[in-house]
This record gives sequence, structure tokens and C-alpha cells, in this order.
Amino acid sequence: MGAVAHVLAVNPVPARSQMGSSLGFHIILACFGVAFAAVTMIAEWIGIKRGDAAALLLARRWSKVMAVLVAVGAVSGTVLSYEMGLLWPGLMGRFGEAIGVPFSFEGIFFFLEAIFVGVYLYGWRRLSPWAHWWSGMPIVVAGILGALSVVAANSWMNSPAGYTLRHGKITSVDPVSVFFNAATPYETAHMVLAAYMVTGFLIAGVYAVGLLRGRRDRYHRLGFAIPFTLAGIAAPLQVMMGDIIARFVAQNQPVKFAAMEYVARTGDNVPEWVGGILINGKVYLGAAIPSFDSILVGFNPHTRVIGWDSVPPDQRPPLPTLIHLSFDLMVGIGFFLLALAAWQGWWWWFHRRLLVTPWFLVPSALSGVAAVTAMEAGWVVTEVGRQPWIVYRVLLVGNAVTSAGGVTVTLGAILVLYAILTVVSIGVPMIMSRRWRRESPADEEAEQVPYGPSPASAPDAGARARAALPRSSSGGPGAR
Amino acid sequence: MNPSPEAIAVAVIFVVVIAAYALFGGADFGGGIWDLLAGGSERGATPRDLIDESITPVWEANHVWLVFVLVLLWTAFPPAFAAIMTALFVPLSISALGIVLRGVGFAFRHTARRLRMQQFTGATFAASSLITPFFLGTVVGAVVTGQVPVHPAGNVLAAWTSPTAILTGFLFVAACAYISAVYLVLEARQRGHPDLVRYFSLRATAAGLITGALAAGTFTELSSSAPRVFDRLTGIALPLVAISIAAGMAVLGMLLLRWYHALILRAAAAIAVATVVWGWGLAQYPYLLPTSLSLEAGSAPTASLVAEFIVTGLAVLLVAPGFALLYLLQQRHLLAAAETDVDLRLAAELEQPIPGRGVPAPAPAGTAATAFVLAVLAVRAIRDALSRSRRR
Repeated sequence: MGAVAHVLAVNPVPARSQMGSSLGFHIILACFGVAFAAVTMIAEWIGIKRGDAAALLLARRWSKVMAVLVAVGAVSGTVLSYEMGLLWPGLMGRFGEAIGVPFSFEGIFFFLEAIFVGVYLYGWRRLSPWAHWWSGMPIVVAGILGALSVVAANSWMNSPAGYTLRHGKITSVDPVSVFFNAATPYETAHMVLAAYMVTGFLIAGVYAVGLLRGRRDRYHRLGFAIPFTLAGIAAPLQVMMGDIIARFVAQNQPVKFAAMEYVARTGDNVPEWVGGILINGKVYLGAAIPSFDSILVGFNPHTRVIGWDSVPPDQRPPLPTLIHLSFDLMVGIGFFLLALAAWQGWWWWFHRRLLVTPWFLVPSALSGVAAVTAMEAGWVVTEVGRQPWIVYRVLLVGNAVTSAGGVTVTLGAILVLYAILTVVSIGVPMIMSRRWRRESPADEEAEQVPYGPSPASAPDAGARARAALPRSSSGGPGAR
Repeated sequence: MNPSPEAIAVAVIFVVVIAAYALFGGADFGGGIWDLLAGGSERGATPRDLIDESITPVWEANHVWLVFVLVLLWTAFPPAFAAIMTALFVPLSISALGIVLRGVGFAFRHTARRLRMQQFTGATFAASSLITPFFLGTVVGAVVTGQVPVHPAGNVLAAWTSPTAILTGFLFVAACAYISAVYLVLEARQRGHPDLVRYFSLRATAAGLITGALAAGTFTELSSSAPRVFDRLTGIALPLVAISIAAGMAVLGMLLLRWYHALILRAAAAIAVATVVWGWGLAQYPYLLPTSLSLEAGSAPTASLVAEFIVTGLAVLLVAPGFALLYLLQQRHLLAAAETDVDLRLAAELEQPIPGRGVPAPAPAGTAATAFVLAVLAVRAIRDALSRSRRR
């Protein structure tokens, strides 16, 4: 127990910052791991069904970008597994047998994704079109199930279940209840929809820029329409889902909800604050809609909403202003993206063609960044809102953090490294796209992606390319 | 009290997974080491290309082995995981940083076309291939010598800077280089590069001798730093040690006689490394952290262990056929790396369907739709929108 006393004296802020920045980075790549394959496969489906070369070209190029992003995601995901132990030995040592269960299942889906990304990426040429299309299906399924497994672990921290504790030690575990805890369906649905929105709007944004620059060919219109449609379908579902989840949080984690909505005292007729900064218990610069929070929680102004006065101050989440504004930002962006999707949907319904006015394309170009911002804000709400608990009402963050020195050093290193990883994951696709636009098409065969089976069997690819295009300048597998 | 059969079974799975990581991941690290030692950019171009070609298909899956090691450890043996992660914070952090740098180097290396950039990313990749196995080796050395307390109060520098731990670090690096060189001999042979066969054969022999010397050094060191483990290594685990030595000798003999039988050579090298890992596991039994945390005291409740069986079973059921499919497709040459988009680009620019690639048919969505309803709805919407817009 001496160790526990020592741990109590440790400051968890650097560890939290490191975990937060690692997760905040990885989650964006994870979105691509979950949803990119679906976007690519829709393009391929159109391409095969209609014999549409533009759609097939999009699918082929997207699969290359996907390979880069999934590879970087694999690395940052590995780091997260390390950090679970390096930063939170108090959590893993005491609850590893419970929280580890969903993580173990994630490993399988991670493996499957890696294998079939390889098949999909390198099967373009020799597999029959439909065989190739189906080889992408496991990536889509594994992406969703992998998200389910990882988010189930986070849900368990918010809504711990499925274990028996005796004298502070777990004596038995019910893996099914751990995996499918009360928060799992809400959090996983929210995250999978978010992944589709982030991926869809980010890819669509790239082609929105192309359309704005006057490249209005079929290639760019399809490149915009496919991911935008997928994200646009997810957007209204996400807004509905968010509303349901907010009510669940009000039930399940009332103190987190109180911080999200500035509910200081338990009571009825609770107002809904839009914006506002909390200073010394008073809200400044915010607009209050009378009784609306009660209505949102229970469809009735007389609904009682639990405030943070229900727990002692040391059990309330810190930084309520951050939590509340992040929540408002997420909701605001959610409605903005919904409006954008509705606008395009309305135009299509009545005009049967793609809306390409700059008034629409400029916000669409920014929609991906907006979706990422909303998702990050949402994670801030759920993670900061759970504080000071790491396992809600079971284990305090201060009791879980490592007693090892040097977290400030690794925090600095992680920040630098993730800056580099960000440059890689944005830079590599940008270099690829510039090459696609400028260089001779035959050079593309020299394009190598850090992934998949060896190019041993490809000596005739170059020959075929040269036959197809006599002016081809250079190339061949392995050419640098 | 003895550990439960479930705990023993998961411990066996754990040691098997570590051996798999040592074989597959180790070979990748070794490739990076040979890349580092390949010399100037002109002289080292051909071996580097071979290393690159043989690592590309597998490096990703090998990360997953490592993730499995971590996840198994924290789910099945949480107190050991927490203790190791706390006491050995420094070497583990450095090995994680090495893994990130390796991924960055690898990802960027294939896109970078300027020589400068290639050299930089290549150096990052190679250097991190040296760092990661070395520090993982010190971690194992620290655990074996019983320097990791159950409730560490923080970093334990002495644990991983002991002579045994440092020697184990070097042993890991040498073993990675060794297993990789043996594989590369076979890769070079398959791809028809006789000069590279000689090149890597020489290096495999050298690395094998160095690995053997380091293993012997670590072994004698253990007699004083971890007498209990040493006793079991020379006792119950002796057959495994003997098999390892015999397999290592066999590999050396085959290399000297230039008998490059793909299956036997590969298997012998793999056995030489894997039996050492298994011998270590057997020698440490029944302790997770010798001699402060026993398997019995450090195991998770039975249900969690059973969940790990299910995960392992699912992995065998799902992942193994996946790999089999990947290798089958590759062997039948159905996976071609470089795909030229010339045909599609021309067709897209002309907005003409390409011959032979599907016929535009008004067929209902059929089987695909049932599997992927949302996507089909979206596709139809887009298709309608675009076909109408094109008609105007």
C-alpha cells in the first residue's frame, strides 16, 4: 500500500496531456481505418456496374491513400497500447483483466484489416472486378467491429460493469458484460457515425477545392459526390444519435452532464446555456433558454436535472467551461454539417444534379476540418467530463497514473513525433496527388505504398504500361 | 498452490506469441539493421532493394504481433504488466519511439523521390530498427534477473542497466540480424540474385557466430545474476537449449555447404530462435516476475483467461485463413504490386467505358445490396443524379 500512497502524490497532468494528444491524433487516422474502405468500395461499385473509368480511377487512387493512412494509424495505435501501461499502470494492474477483454478482440480486427488492405491494394490488376470488390468487404466489416471493440473499452471506463471487486482486487470477470456495458451501444454508434462523417467530409473537401479551382470534370464531381453522400447520410443520424446520447449521459453520468450544460444545482426548469464562460459560479457571455435543458432531458419543463452540487467538489470535473464550450462546438458543427448535407440533398431532389456554386463548395471544402473539430471536441467532453475518475466512480486518475519519472520528457517527444506523423499523413497523399496531376501516367507504376505483398510478380506491369503508352518515360517496379 | 491450468495455457500462448514476434518482427528489425550497414547509397542499393521488397509485405502485420503481446500481458497478467511498465518506463518508452520512427521512415521512404530525403527517411528507419530490439532486450533481461519489483515506486534504472540486461539487448539485436540475414539469403535466391545470396550468406554466418557468442555470454552471466533461471535452463529447459544450439549449428553448416533448401533452412533458423524464447519461458516458470510474482498470484480471473482463449481461437479461425488467402493469391501471381492507371486515365479523360470491364446494366443490386444496404442507397442516389445531369 506504500506504493499507492506514493502514487497519490504524483501529478497526472503530463500523463493526461500525453494520452490526450496521442489519442487525439490517432482517432483521426482511426476514422480512415473505419470508413475509407467503404468510400472506396462505393466508387469501385459504380465503376464496375457502369463501366465508369473515372469512378474506377478514384477507387484505385483512394486505395493507395488508404494504405498510407492505415499504416500510420497502425503505428500510432501501437503507441497507444504502450501508453496504456506506461502512463496508467494503476488502471491496467488493477482492471486489466476487465478492460483488456475488448482490446484483445480489437487485435483480431486489426490483423484482418491489415491483411485485406494488402489484398485490396495489390489485387487491382489480376483479380476479377467483383472478386476484387469483395476483397474490400472484410476491411469495412473489420473497421466497424474494431471500432466497436476499442470504443467498448472506453465505454467501460464511463460505465464500468461485469466484474466483482473484493478488497480492491478483481475476483471474477464477466467478459460479455464488460464488452456490452450500458454505454457501449451509444458510444460505438456515435463513433462509427463520426468516423464516416470525418472521412466523408475530409475526402469530399479535397474534391470541393478541385471543383472550386474549375476542375469540373466527372472525376472531380464523383470524387466529391461519393464521400459527401456517405457523410451526408451519416450527419442526420448523428444529430439524432447525439440527442439520445445526451439523455443517456444525463441518466448515467449526471455530473458530466451537469458540466456539459452548466447545471450547478439540482432542480427543475433548468435553462439551456448556449455559449458562455463560467467564472466564480456565474455564466458570462452566454444565452440561456429558460427551462429548455429540462425539456431536452425529459420532454417536460418540470424534469429534474441533477447538478454538480450532488457530489463533493473534489469529485466534480475540472474546467467546466472547456467541457461546456466543447459540447456546444460539437453540437453547433453537427447542425452545420447537417444543414450542408440537407442543402445538397434538397438541390439534388429538385434539380437532379450536383450543386457546385461556390456558396456551397467553400463551406464544403471546410466541412472535413469542421467534422474533425467536432469529433475532437466530443472526445474532450467525454474524457474531461469523466474526471477526476479514470473508471467512473471506481478509480481516480491520480491513483492510476504511473509513478515513473520522465513523463514530461516523453510528452515532449510525443508532441514532436506526432507533428512529424501529421506531416507524413497529410504530406504523402499531397505528394501523390501532385504526381497524379503532373507526371506522366506511366510513372504511377513506380508508386510504391508501404504495405501489402511484395512487388515480385510485377515485372510485366511496366511492359504493359509501356505498350499502352509509348511515350512513357521511366518506371518499372523498384525504380526510384 | 499451483497455477490453474487456464493460467498455464494462456502463459503458453503468450510465449508462443512472443516467439512469433521475435521471428517475424525480429526479421524486420534485422532487415533495418542490414540496411543500416549496407554502406553508401550506390554500393548499398541492391541489398537495400532486396530488404525493402521482402519487408514491405509483412511489416504491418508484425506490429499486430507486438500489440497481441501487450494485450495478452495486460489482460491475462495485469500486475506483471503494471510492474514492468512502471519499473522499465525508460527502455519501453524508447522502444515505442523507435517503433514510431520506423513507421514514419518506412511510410515516407516510398514516397520520397529525392535522394536526400530518401537517405534521411532510410536512416530513420534503419536506426530505429537498431534501437527498438536493443531496448526490448534490456526489458527481457531486467525481468529475467528478477530486478522488477511487484510494486515499483518508479523507474528502476538498475534493472535494465545490469550487465545481463545490456547483454540481452545486444543478443536481441544480433538475433534479429541473424534471422533476417538467413531469410534474405532465401529471398535473394528466389528472386535470382546470386551475388546477394553470397552477400547475405556471409552476413548470416557472421551474425550467427556473434549471436552464439552473445548467447553464451548471457548464459554464463545468468548463473550469477539469476541462479534460479540458470538452474532451470540447465535442468528442465536443457532440451530446448540443446535444440537451439543444434539448429543454429545446422544453419551454419547449411550456409557453409551452400545448401540453400528453402524450407529446411528457414525452419532451422526459426527453431534456433524460437526454442530460446520457449526455453526462457520454461526457465522462468512458475514466475511472471522471478521470484516476487508467481503465475498463480499474477493471473487474471478464469473468465478473462477464457476470453483470451476465444480471442486466440478466433485469430486462428479468421486471421490464419486471411494470411493463407494472401499467400495463395501471391503465389498464384494474382497480386501485382504496381498498377498502371494509364488505361483508366485515358478512358476517364474521354469519358468512355473501358472495354471488358463490366457492362452498364440496369440489373438490380442483387447480392451486394443485402450486404451493404446503405452504400447501395448512396450509390443509386449518386448514379441517378449523375446520369440525369449528363443527359442535359
